Amino acid sequence: MKLGRVVGTVVSTINAPDFDNRTLLLCDLLDPSGRPAGGYLIAVDTVGAGAGETVLILDEGNSARQVLNAPGAPIRTLVVGIVDAVVEGPAAV
Amino acid sequence: MQLARVIGTVVATVKAPGLEGVKLLVIQPLDRSLKPTGGQLVAADAVHMAGPGELVYFVAAREAAQAMPDPFVPVDHAIVGIVDAVSALAGNEQ
Repeated sequence: MKLGRVVGTVVSTINAPDFDNRTLLLCDLLDPSGRPAGGYLIAVDTVGAGAGETVLILDEGNSARQVLNAPGAPIRTLVVGIVDAVVEGPAAV
Repeated sequence: MQLARVIGTVVATVKAPGLEGVKLLVIQPLDRSLKPTGGQLVAADAVHMAGPGELVYFVAAREAAQAMPDPFVPVDHAIVGIVDAVSALAGNEQ
């Protein structure tokens, strides 16, 4: 999975049927310290993520179809979590 | 998925089985500011309505073939939606 930041939305009325009623989020990819890592992905929202939030992005088709329970859907990129914190180095206990 | 601009069409008479009737378009991938990035690609049109000049989003890899009526076709990039609007959030412009 990848870290990203929601920077916008993509609106589409003409799309493959599996995208009906799904929210598409434009996400910049981040490195672990929260800086842009270069590049972006359009991801289907599954958690209600909003503007400016740091999110967990799944970019693998089989897992994405399992999460959506949509076998056969042409979808591989999902927002699957909202990140509270990323700790680099030994985790605090 | 990524954004792209449709910049042309491809006509091929001799194709692998399963590609009959599949519309092939030349696309230029875009960054999120809608500036061209990377090389041009040939993508199958899974929405049947995309045409030159249109802003679209496409899916790559195995999922591209899933967008086609027969999911066992040799397709590795497919246009899965036509973009009406891309809203960038205030303060996030590149």
